[in-house]
Amino acid sequence: MTELPERTDRKLGLVIDLDTCVGCHACVVACKGWNTENYGAPLADADAYGADPVGAFLNRVHSYEVQPESGPAQLVHFPKSCLHCDDAPCVTVCPTGASYKRGEDGIVLVNEADCIGCGLCAWACPYGAREMDPAEGVMKKCTLCVDRIYNENLAPEDREPACVRTCPAGARHFGDLGDPESAVSQLVESRGGMDLMPEQGTKPVNKYLPPRPKDDQIDVLAPLLEPVAEEPRGFLGWLDRALEKL
Amino acid sequence: MTRTEPALDTSPKVSDEVRKTTCYMCACRCGIDVHLKGGKVAYIEGNRDHPVNRGVLCAKGSAGIMQHLSPARLRAPLKRTGPRGSGEFEQISWDEALELATSWLKPIRAEAPEKLAFFTGRDQSQSFTGWWAQAFGTPNYAAHGGFCSVNMAAAGIYTMGGAFWEFGQPDWERTKLFMIFGVAEDHDSNPLKMGLGRLKERGAKVIGVNPIRTGYNAVADEWVGITPGTDGLFVLGLVHCLLKAGKIDLDYLALWTNAPVLVNEDPASPEHGLLMRTGDGKEMVIDRRTGRPAPYDGKGVRPDLAGKLRRAGVTHRSVFQHIAARYLAGDYAPEVVGPKVGLSPDGIRRIAAELAHVAFDQAIEIDQPWTDFRGERHETMTGRPVSFHAMRGISAHSNGFQTCRALHLLQILLGSVETPGGFRFKPPYPKPATAHPKPHAGVIPGQPLDGPHLGFVHGPEDLLVDESGKPKRIDKAFSWENPMSAHGLMHMVISNAHAGDPYRIDTLFMYMANMAWNSTMNTGGVMKMLTDTDENGDYVIPRIIYSDAYSSEMVAYADLVLPDTTYLERHDCISLLDRPICEADAVADAIRWPVVEPDRDVRGFQSVLIDLGARLGLPGFVNEDGTPTYADYADYIVHHERRNCVGPLAGWRIGEGGHTHGRGHANDAQLDEYIRNGGFWMEHVPDEALFYKPWNTAYQDWAVEKGFYDRPQPYLFSLWSEPLRRFQLAAEGKTHRQPPEHLRPRIKATLDPLPIWYPPLEDGHADPVEYPLHALTQRPMAMYHSWGSQNAWLRQIHGRNPLFVPTKVWEAHGFADGDWARLSSAHGEIVVPVAHMAALNENTVWTWNAIGKRKGAWALDPNAPEATRGFLLNHLIHELLPPKGDGLRWSNSDPVTGQAAWFDLRVKIEKVKAPDEAYPVTTPQASPVGRGPKTVRQKVGK
Amino acid sequence: MHPAPSLIAFSTLSGLGFGLLAALGLGFPAVTGWTALVFFVVAFALAGGGLMSSAAHLGHPERALKAFTQWRTSWLSREAWLACAALGGMALYAALLVLGGVRVALLGWLGALLSLATVGATSMIYAQLRTVPRWHHWSVPALFLAYAVTGGTLLAGQVTAAVGLLMLTGLGQFLAWRAADRRVAASGTDIGTATGLGARGAVRSFEPPHTGGSYLTREMVFVVARRHATKLRSIALVLAFVVPAVLLLLPFSHVLAALAVLSHLAGVLVQRWLFFAEAEHVVGLYYGRQFG
Ligand SMILES: Nc1nc2c(c(=O)[nH]1)N[C@H]1C(S)=C(S)[C@@H](COP(=O)(O)OP(=O)(O)OC[C@H]3O[C@@H](n4cnc5c(=O)[nH]c(N)nc54)[C@H](O)[C@@H]3O)O[C@H]1N2
Ligand SMILES: Nc1nc2c(c(=O)[nH]1)N[C@H]1C(S)=C(S)[C@@H](COP(=O)(O)OP(=O)(O)OC[C@H]3O[C@@H](n4cnc5c(=O)[nH]c(N)nc54)[C@H](O)[C@@H]3O)O[C@H]1N2
Ligand code: SF4
Ligand code: SF4
Ligand code: SF4
Ligand code: SF4
Ligand code: SF4
Ligand SMILES: [Mo]
Repeated sequence: MTELPERTDRKLGLVIDLDTCVGCHACVVACKGWNTENYGAPLADADAYGADPVGAFLNRVHSYEVQPESGPAQLVHFPKSCLHCDDAPCVTVCPTGASYKRGEDGIVLVNEADCIGCGLCAWACPYGAREMDPAEGVMKKCTLCVDRIYNENLAPEDREPACVRTCPAGARHFGDLGDPESAVSQLVESRGGMDLMPEQGTKPVNKYLPPRPKDDQIDVLAPLLEPVAEEPRGFLGWLDRALEKL
Repeated sequence: MTRTEPALDTSPKVSDEVRKTTCYMCACRCGIDVHLKGGKVAYIEGNRDHPVNRGVLCAKGSAGIMQHLSPARLRAPLKRTGPRGSGEFEQISWDEALELATSWLKPIRAEAPEKLAFFTGRDQSQSFTGWWAQAFGTPNYAAHGGFCSVNMAAAGIYTMGGAFWEFGQPDWERTKLFMIFGVAEDHDSNPLKMGLGRLKERGAKVIGVNPIRTGYNAVADEWVGITPGTDGLFVLGLVHCLLKAGKIDLDYLALWTNAPVLVNEDPASPEHGLLMRTGDGKEMVIDRRTGRPAPYDGKGVRPDLAGKLRRAGVTHRSVFQHIAARYLAGDYAPEVVGPKVGLSPDGIRRIAAELAHVAFDQAIEIDQPWTDFRGERHETMTGRPVSFHAMRGISAHSNGFQTCRALHLLQILLGSVETPGGFRFKPPYPKPATAHPKPHAGVIPGQPLDGPHLGFVHGPEDLLVDESGKPKRIDKAFSWENPMSAHGLMHMVISNAHAGDPYRIDTLFMYMANMAWNSTMNTGGVMKMLTDTDENGDYVIPRIIYSDAYSSEMVAYADLVLPDTTYLERHDCISLLDRPICEADAVADAIRWPVVEPDRDVRGFQSVLIDLGARLGLPGFVNEDGTPTYADYADYIVHHERRNCVGPLAGWRIGEGGHTHGRGHANDAQLDEYIRNGGFWMEHVPDEALFYKPWNTAYQDWAVEKGFYDRPQPYLFSLWSEPLRRFQLAAEGKTHRQPPEHLRPRIKATLDPLPIWYPPLEDGHADPVEYPLHALTQRPMAMYHSWGSQNAWLRQIHGRNPLFVPTKVWEAHGFADGDWARLSSAHGEIVVPVAHMAALNENTVWTWNAIGKRKGAWALDPNAPEATRGFLLNHLIHELLPPKGDGLRWSNSDPVTGQAAWFDLRVKIEKVKAPDEAYPVTTPQASPVGRGPKTVRQKVGK
Repeated sequence: MHPAPSLIAFSTLSGLGFGLLAALGLGFPAVTGWTALVFFVVAFALAGGGLMSSAAHLGHPERALKAFTQWRTSWLSREAWLACAALGGMALYAALLVLGGVRVALLGWLGALLSLATVGATSMIYAQLRTVPRWHHWSVPALFLAYAVTGGTLLAGQVTAAVGLLMLTGLGQFLAWRAADRRVAASGTDIGTATGLGARGAVRSFEPPHTGGSYLTREMVFVVARRHATKLRSIALVLAFVVPAVLLLLPFSHVLAALAVLSHLAGVLVQRWLFFAEAEHVVGLYYGRQFG
């Protein structure tokens, strides 16, 4: 059903902290593992042990260098999966209705049984969040682990996306971005969370927390050290005085 | 029209069963939940209750299923049929394999046990494999620590009774400023990331000191892109600034370190530079209350940092005065240090100021009374919330031992070791060097060795050399070349055995080490040594037995291959007798157990060693009637006792009234208890014992109760290291045992009892003008050494590795994307693809470690990118330094510990036309396991 | 974008086919009987064959019928309906014409409209994509239609009109390329907005997420060297427009006309190859591709 819901009851999504992500790819592989065994067809790998392996992944971690006007270059690790856009162009282009956005929580999904593998939705997504499965010929994308977050066979604390649960640095947060009181909304508020490619008009639900100021952009609070003595001999004098006070 | 959405089952069944065991996709040993469907592994996630990872899992851990199902898994024992290195084998039965091994080993044991060299690489069962080797009677045993991080371990233990790495951790919950030196990933990889995450959450500041700004250094708030090999100088520059400003913790230094201990200052004395001691060996200080000398641990003693004493015509001054004299000198002034380390003098001053500010102006206090070993009660615990961590960026240089000591000196001057907010030991550490065994090499044919192989020496008399000074071990550990080589020197075994220096061996027996490839220096040379024949056409190293689980490069060089299981198919024991998995707050150990049965004719290596031990009749492995003592490794884990009531596992032993933890009798159901508890045992350190552990009576008593040691052993941190000084005294000709002439100057210069810095040794051998660049490797977080490439998921992340080149060099050589370069060292050359990186020290190039593969290895297509574009830097690194014209070949190791100096490498770069493949092109090895399938679609459920 | 042969063939052939159908629907040429049959067979073969070849692009062609369901939002779905309607309408029109010799002009006009609407819908599949700035413009449907009409006119043997249209469309294409080049550079989307890091400094891609390939890198991160593009553009203009126009201006012969058609077809194929190959998808920014 490729009409977008007028509004969704909740806006579930991820908040990714670029200040904390160390680029370890744990989320990439946890996602691959969960979604290979769960939702839809397994995420296949073509030429898996060969010269040109190509597999389907729902989450990939890029890295970028940023050269500020002054100071050394910075490196930012940058995980990227579906942003579960409010105005999801991938949904409206889909000719079969396989792509849809859930009214209850805003999750964008592909109903694989309806997908003809035309690839149009992947073209429509600015973020590269959709990948055709090389073996099954259906479109794959982040499900926001819809089969974990409500899963009553999992302990309540495990009802979160696989990538969030596994992230060793705690750089990934999951919650309702439609609720201004939620922990994720608060985080976005306090850290200046941002949209990717806002000019594309997709209104992404997922937000990115920018890296904090670095290097000489930081205010240093520590006063420079005053010497107590320049000389070993003078130092021993200071030491004696200091020890007296102990 | 109303929207309709497809029906969706949001509560599918996750698995039939969860089995909890321990990950072994790397050495971090996280707890995992293995989900099974229909008895097959369906999904692996982190165990939330586990002390190491608390539920998180890294990329490798999550890809464990692909490792477990790897097409490169060995299937049965293999006997070589083709020439060494060809990879041609026949499969044989276990009986045949074990008989063959026994027939090779039995005569060696009876005649010359040292002719067996048993080295065990990536071993997590060293207390067991070492015990086997001891029973066999060969002195030639060690694991991989010598080429890995012994500088770190030894410097830490000699200085403060514990080290970075697995022996301690920053107080993540309280630290406010964290400095991390030379770390890309480390062993404690998940805990480090979790810790960094906590710091970020709390807004604590992180300073990364590393020539390369990736990973941890990318998230650091401040980056110090230091010149490789100069950290020691940088740190001593900080020490200089702090001393000059009096920003040091005098109380801490006086009470808990040997800073107030008196040093003999008489150059004529045979004890020159040694510490003044009481008759029963206790260090002496001046007691400020009386102004008179006293043993350091007397009740109520107030040790005087400015103490001075003249006794029997000899002047003694406190260690602290030596420290002040040395580091206040102009050599360590920021103006002098800055240019050498690649930092501005003001930058050094500013970091020193920040350290001082946080340590002293932002000190914290915990309301927790405790009592010290002098019997004094303290109402609170004072915290210095600055903490440090370091790893191989410091360790893998030939000045790494002293650099690491310098860093410990800095920590200790700030009073930030074992105090809240600082660096904390993990039980069973702290444990001073003197509480560790000394190394042994006493060989009697047919008998066990006279004691454990590895340990800590305290002076020349502990060296393993004969009267003529000749090393007793094949790797020359504990010899004058590297006297304090606490972990052995695995990287020298093959070249020494090949050269017959110090002697020839018969059988090289290795386990879990890819020594024909990525864990060796001089890879091409080593491949040649392994295949080299003598005048009779026999191999120079006559026999090679190797245990691996996968079709690695090393497998191709073995005569007999003992196939191991994967980590999900065997028993293992992560023991307090080995490398602990503890946290600073808790003691813990863990097991692995067969969560699935192997579907191949493979056996857990430790069980195979138990079988071999019995076949060889080794003491401890057979009963009096000659029957095997242990059925298998599981049986050993449960029933072996190392000391009275202390066994491999501490949890669920049997005491007076049922279960007890720590000390206790064997419990037949122990493994079941571990399995019931998620694969591990853990017990919290009592609150009163959480900090100040080396001096805290409550901790010491608890440690004895748990069986870490047999009596309380409080000690002082050794800012002044006497063992080092004893070797110097020998080099000065003042002791009975003396080093060979050519080593005297080097020992005098480098085994200084106070931390020093000297340029990496390769700088003095390779011409720095000819080879202007430093070349480094980093571990990719998503790959474990050579293992990852067989993993269908991981190899897509890192299937090839470019050489990263800094902007200045990139532009000077006119490089563009897609270009290739020739990289040469004094030892060799490689031709590799390049990529540009700006966040990089301007004189450094680097690449990801161990991505390159030999063609045909790991069940990969010979045209796999790993084999055609991937490469190793190891071809450029030699185990010996370039000749210097003095007729000697110096080893490329730290002169103190023998640590392999991987990162001293100097190179030059030239742009070349893109070749078809990276150079050197290796000849393919045959694959004894065939090739992997074309497509992988792993799904167990429907 | 990856220039998939199936998509190039589809858009080229179906464009020509529907163009011809539109011409026939409008009564150019006003054929009947067997001649009409030949024209219609050619038109249906081109339009239908094009549609079939587009199915080769699908992961699950057997589910193609599902593509009819989402006409309210999806241009691809609309294209499917329009194509069926156009083919159906024109089939009826053709049947009446060929078998009955009756020309229902109204039906013809409707069929022509539907045929052009189909081409329009096809073009909207591309033009709607904000993610491909080169495509996201009214000139894309305009040109698709112009190509269809020109090709249709040419195939329909309307020499004078064809010469005029060839010149116009050729000029239109030339101008559109120039405008598109500027538009891409000015799209406002760059690696800075893609990563949100633009305000901090100059951003460049350091390492791709995987050294291995992916659907994205194969499908969307395709690049043609600029020098090749310029050369191919010239070739496309010459083959698609200049050569046919010149041939048509020569004294008429069936051989020359056939050559003109073939040259045009070849030129359009090159143009379509470029249409895909030159199109920069914004996702390329994440992989370090630069626009403009
Ligand atoms: N250039 C460069 N070289 C380096 C380094 C560097 O930084 N730069 N680092 C060095 C360091 S610190 C180290 S520790 C070494 C590491 O190098 P290695 O110790 O050689 O490590 P691995 O590549 O992990 O290889 C270990 C072998 O164990 C096998 N194995 C894996 N799992 C099992 C199992 O369950 N059972 C058995 N029996 N075998 C198994 C693998 O197949 C592999 O053949 O590399 C060193 N080499
Ligand atoms: N994912 C993964 N984890 C692993 C391993 C693995 O292969 N993969 N291997 C394990 C093993 S065996 C080990 S030993 C540990 C090692 O873990 P690390 O100590 O993190 O080892 P390296 O990756 O070699 O990183 C060395 C770092 O030191 C930096 N460096 C080099 N020279 C200098 C210097 O002079 N000064 C400073 N300040 N920095 C310098 C390098 O840039 C690099 O970042 O990791 C363990 N953990
Ligand atoms: S797991 Fe966390 S730290 Fe690692 S790459 Fe993903 S987001 Fe970054
Ligand atoms: S990120 Fe892409 S796939 Fe996900 S909702 Fe937005 S447009 Fe669709
Ligand atoms: S690939 Fe599947 S989900 Fe995507 S647009 Fe086509 S039919 Fe819809
Ligand atoms: S939410 Fe689930 S599907 Fe989406 S990236 Fe994370 S693990 Fe993958
Ligand atoms: S760090 Fe990763 S690979 Fe290592 S034990 Fe933990 S989960 Fe396994
Ligand atoms: Mo290591």
